[in-house]
Amino acid sequence: MAENVWILGISMTRFGKHRDKDTLDLGSEAAIGAMRDAGVGIGDIGVLAAGNLIGGNGFGQLLQKQIGQTGIPVYNVANACATGATALRVVVMAIKSGEVDTGMAVGVEKLSGAGLLTGNARREEGGHWVRDGRYGAVAPLDGRIGTETMPGVFAQIGMEYAHRYGGADFELFARISEKNHAHSTLNPMAAYQKRLTLDEIMNDVMIAYPNTRPMCSANCDGAAAAVLVSETKLRTLSLEQQRRAVKISASVLTSDPWTDGCQVLPDINTLTRRAAATAYEQAGVGPGDLDLVELHDCFATAELVHYDNLGLCEPGGAVDFFRSGAPWRDGSTPVNVSGGLQSKGHPVSATGIANVWEVATHLRGEAGDRQIEGARVGLAHVIGLGSACGVHVLEKAAA
Amino acid sequence: MQRVPLVDYLVLDDEPHLVAAECTGCGARYFDRRSACASCGELDFRSADVPTEGELTTFTIVQFAAEGVEVPFVAGVVDCGGTSVKGNVVNTPPDPEHVTLGMRVRLTTVPVGTDAAGTEAVGYGFEPVP
Repeated sequence: MAENVWILGISMTRFGKHRDKDTLDLGSEAAIGAMRDAGVGIGDIGVLAAGNLIGGNGFGQLLQKQIGQTGIPVYNVANACATGATALRVVVMAIKSGEVDTGMAVGVEKLSGAGLLTGNARREEGGHWVRDGRYGAVAPLDGRIGTETMPGVFAQIGMEYAHRYGGADFELFARISEKNHAHSTLNPMAAYQKRLTLDEIMNDVMIAYPNTRPMCSANCDGAAAAVLVSETKLRTLSLEQQRRAVKISASVLTSDPWTDGCQVLPDINTLTRRAAATAYEQAGVGPGDLDLVELHDCFATAELVHYDNLGLCEPGGAVDFFRSGAPWRDGSTPVNVSGGLQSKGHPVSATGIANVWEVATHLRGEAGDRQIEGARVGLAHVIGLGSACGVHVLEKAAA
Repeated sequence: MQRVPLVDYLVLDDEPHLVAAECTGCGARYFDRRSACASCGELDFRSADVPTEGELTTFTIVQFAAEGVEVPFVAGVVDCGGTSVKGNVVNTPPDPEHVTLGMRVRLTTVPVGTDAAGTEAVGYGFEPVP
């Protein structure tokens, strides 16, 4: 029987614009914060998993030069928006394998002002048509055969759900965004903490119908890090460390299995459903046991489908689930009480650890004004397009 | 004038249509070049004509795109007799009054441009069936 794995310390920087800090400053701040929170030093860390997509190669080793070069193995991981969750998962696997008893996962991104992600600027055309790539395309396809922009891809994912089950329209998607922006007002770590009215959201700049600007995740800077330990190791530590430790009851990573439709539009549903089912089985809990959920609302249209994918509602019932008020912070299954990626922000590689930080902070009873009272079990979910899905189920330490 | 298709899977004959690579093992269809079937691992494919009419199962109206991409445009997915096809909805105003989930659409060709040799590249889109 593999060891249980616990979060001993976890930390995130504030998300937003950090003009005076580079990727290494932010990563160091989160890593040093996580070690301080854990009550350990760099000498205690047996493995480092490091995620960063924009900053170049070898981020983990560069980070070691800032926080301590102890010669431990470093795994530089990249898995799109699931990079942080993947780093966490690598450390979980290392501890479960018995190779180490303590490890750290770090995710960092500097994305302020990055603008629209993916979709490539068209070069000057002319000359002669030349067939290129696996479609034999003579010209760039973005905009000519569908869209490659993230807001457009995720808009279609939400609209596909609307077509299949009905009941979802522009206003409903905007109301999901209204919820998350309302939640953000209680979160001092969020990039944006402004409550927006439904009218303000619907009348803002349209990016890709039905997603207006505030319905899209915010590009920003940020980092998050976590120190994990084996249960055996945890039992040797102080009572205070044991009291604040958070159990990782499930740690799951999936990629998308073949489905017909996913050949032309990414299918973010099937791999999330599989990850959730595996996670609930591993943790021995069901969706009804969750006191809070942080799910990957990279766009308002994505949040709707994940209510269903994570089993928070009956199949096809995401619209009714939302309309019932369930995912508001005073509802039966609070979703994205951090404000979600739409207001907290989405520094890609940090996201999959920061949402674990959010859940862990509630389980520790340390979430301040936005504390979900009595929270004992929570779930954190991310999707990286392509795709990768990370799901972690966390539980409060037994008193 | 010489014409070339925007992509290999567009056939520009008297009745323009799309052609998929269909797995000989399980029938899964692909529009790009594959090493093996992503569904079953089979190595062999055969050509299969895709129906030119279908149902719009999802769409978005893109207002913001990369530099040089003309906006707004409607991007969507069409279920063409069981094969999902990616494409733009054309020949109708790009707004939610004219583009609706479940609408019937059919394949049409779209000019892409002409190169220095005078060869015209031709793409495709889907237009509403009246």
